Amino acid sequence: MSRLVPYPLLVVGLVLMWLILTRFSLGHLLLGTGIAVVAGWAMGALEPERPRLRRWSAIPVLMGIVAWDILRSNVAVARLVLSEGRGARRSGFLRVPLRLRHPSALAVLAIIVTATPGTAWVEYDADTGVLLLHVFDLVDEAGWRDLIQNRYEARLLEIFG
Amino acid sequence: MSHLDAVPLWAAIPAALLILLGSGLTLLGALGLARLRSFYDRLHAPALATSWGTLSLVLASVILFSTLEQRPVVHDLLIGFFVMVTTPVTMMLLGRAALHRDRAERSAAVPPASLAEPEEPSRR
Repeated sequence: MSRLVPYPLLVVGLVLMWLILTRFSLGHLLLGTGIAVVAGWAMGALEPERPRLRRWSAIPVLMGIVAWDILRSNVAVARLVLSEGRGARRSGFLRVPLRLRHPSALAVLAIIVTATPGTAWVEYDADTGVLLLHVFDLVDEAGWRDLIQNRYEARLLEIFG
Repeated sequence: MSHLDAVPLWAAIPAALLILLGSGLTLLGALGLARLRSFYDRLHAPALATSWGTLSLVLASVILFSTLEQRPVVHDLLIGFFVMVTTPVTMMLLGRAALHRDRAERSAAVPPASLAEPEEPSRR
């Protein structure tokens, strides 16, 4: 089974995507499954490091938190852009030491950081595990570091184990 | 515009509000891109358009076409998903390229590359 379908999550995701893009019918289910399985083999040829998800229950919690944070920071950044030139906004770089090492977990963190207006992922040093961020409104350095490390990284460590 | 007459009011109002919100956020993102001064500041502005800007436009499209076609039309959500997943690639590329150039020009505004001694920037 694992040789036929090396990446079950990827295959399920691709079948779902195929069905959403076409129509839900038996023919499309079979065709989509066939294509997804072949795509799974192609992925296997690339030999990426397989993510091992430990705690599924933490995923919806993290998604909810991230959606709320994105909404909040959208409002904050929109306000800052409108008042640009008047307020005393100070942006700057911030170094955050990370304990996360798994490439997939880091990729998820990069998506979170990029999707949230106000923080931009600039550089990650794989040797030291230090992430360099650029923060749009850097009033409270410890607060931002705490946000990344405790709000996102801790939950990602929980999920990816 | 004639086919839009078939949209009932209860679907048209939330869809219109979402479209206004999404296009407003996208406009603000573009405004920020034009008005902000430093390159790194400008990295943040488009995130308004790629996060909730895209999401509200996609949601409006889902509401409109689901009511028009009398079946759930959800394939638009894939656009939102892929925009969210792929923007980090461009952002990192731009950010790192700018950082590399600034470091090569020995700009004082960016942190040094050596992380071992952050207190002692090299003075060559």
